Amino acid sequence: MSQGETSLKQASQSGPRGCNTAAALAGGRIREQFPILETTVHGKPLIYMDSAATTQKPQRVIDAIVRHFTHRCSNVHRGVHKLSQLATESYESARETVRRGIGAAESQEIIFTRGTTEAINLVAQTFGRQRIGEGDEVLITAMEHHSNIVPWQMLRDEKGIVLKVVPINDRGDIDLNDYEALLSDRTRMVSIALISNALGTINPVKEMVRLAHARNIPVLVDGAQAVGHDVVDVQDLDCDFFALSGHKMYAPSGIGALYGKADLLDEMPPYQGGGDMIATVTFDKTVYNGIPHRFEAGTPNIVGAVGMGAAFDFLQETCFEAITAHEHDLLTYATEQVGAVPGIRLIGTAKKKAAVLSFMLEGAHPHDVGTILDLDGIAVRAGHHCAQPVMDRFGVPATVRASFAVYNLRSDIDALVQGLHKVREVFCK
Amino acid sequence: MSEFRELYQEVILDHGKNPRNFREAAEGERTAYGHNPLCGDKIQVHVAMDHGVIENVAFHGQGCAISTASASMMTQTLKGKTLEAAETMFQSFHNLITGTGDPETDLAGLGKLAVFAGVREFPVRVKCATLAWHTFKAALTHSEEPASTE
Ligand SMILES: Cc1ncc(COP(=O)(O)O)c(C=O)c1O
Repeated sequence: MSQGETSLKQASQSGPRGCNTAAALAGGRIREQFPILETTVHGKPLIYMDSAATTQKPQRVIDAIVRHFTHRCSNVHRGVHKLSQLATESYESARETVRRGIGAAESQEIIFTRGTTEAINLVAQTFGRQRIGEGDEVLITAMEHHSNIVPWQMLRDEKGIVLKVVPINDRGDIDLNDYEALLSDRTRMVSIALISNALGTINPVKEMVRLAHARNIPVLVDGAQAVGHDVVDVQDLDCDFFALSGHKMYAPSGIGALYGKADLLDEMPPYQGGGDMIATVTFDKTVYNGIPHRFEAGTPNIVGAVGMGAAFDFLQETCFEAITAHEHDLLTYATEQVGAVPGIRLIGTAKKKAAVLSFMLEGAHPHDVGTILDLDGIAVRAGHHCAQPVMDRFGVPATVRASFAVYNLRSDIDALVQGLHKVREVFCK
Repeated sequence: MSEFRELYQEVILDHGKNPRNFREAAEGERTAYGHNPLCGDKIQVHVAMDHGVIENVAFHGQGCAISTASASMMTQTLKGKTLEAAETMFQSFHNLITGTGDPETDLAGLGKLAVFAGVREFPVRVKCATLAWHTFKAALTHSEEPASTE
């Protein structure tokens, strides 16, 4: 019995009542909830393994969006009429669902954004601009997504702050000693991914937060790849900020959230100016609204928030214990099976990994691999994954990346392996 | 024939694997850099001109099979051509791989480059096939900016 099967069995025995089990997910029933999986691509059934880029949407999320537009469409926080009240109720109750979904203490600590990118920019442009000055340091890691690099570089160019980078080893892990050594008395901010989208590495974020807090340094966690795959509890992590994207956790694109501790948010200046973020406006003076509304200028993505709420409901119903066990099984199986294809070099072999498998096939460029797989209906990502420094670190221009979610099956991985053999026939004769 | 064979013709695979005129710039050649930010392909194209005629073209860098083969075959095709002829070829080549223009006339002037016709079924790969050509043009104009497919 393979290692994957053992963990599957244990998980299936421990699944609480009313919840899915890893065995149930492995059986694939959940796929019925994802209408897009019926699609064919180039005449072949779609095999979708690009969930780290964006996840597919369950019927429940699609229905919530349709229901909103059918019955509750209106602006929020602005009308006395019934529909406006209903829309406001839906929007604010989605905020509450997000709060619960990531374990925040209060719903006013949840700010809706366009996604992770906007959440990080918001922190850089408000908290960062206010509190980080010339010569002060922001510490990130070598595996960050461009969205956790560029906003800090913009601040560097504007204010002369210093960007420091924790290195990664050949497996794609950081060393906590390196990290600790880089925390200096000039460090004003640590900003790190919980899970790397390019390598799958799960960082020891809780420990990293503890080490930073011991020096009174606040920590932003980029949770884009984490939410939807494992339980996230921002109070347990004790991070100061947490950024997430709806579209990577079964919700629509264009919606995401920033969590921030209330006492920090309270002190922060507004991000953008406009409607909803103000208490009173005269031409002489504007009094800003309280949190979270101070950071939500203009009409927000109401239906996006509704979809995100529904996605959290979907996750809760599906059960994290089952999701984590199922995805771990897929990763283990994929690592074995893909790793056994001749000429494969895995990029990212960290000790703790999420269900992301990045690799190179000797003799074939990732783009060519991607095209040949696509013709078999297999969707994987080929590229630099918005993490060019990671590519440079491993000396590759790009990688092929297969990433998994609740709806994937071991048979998807079998199809991938078959596809890779086909690529080898073409390129590696 | 499988669908991917229409794209990855034997000639393309051969040039992808064993690119011709693949070398660093030589003394006196004009060089330009080309970059496809989508996939990270990076190439340099070197050109030596002699009285309005392309005396020599070579390239260097890394890319997928389509972009490498396209660059390799471009260098072979352009050698000895006038700039006007090169411009006409690029136009025909572009028409061919985007499925625009008049296939009859375009194919007639393209010779071996006709093997890239399959690219038209793969719109995301058009940029791979044109990167070398854009970079070639940049080398002629001595552009300081890297040529980009974007
Ligand atoms: C780790 C990580 N951070 C940030 C982002 C940016 O997310 P978004 O594009 O949704 O803002 C991504 C998306 O790929 C990601 O994987």
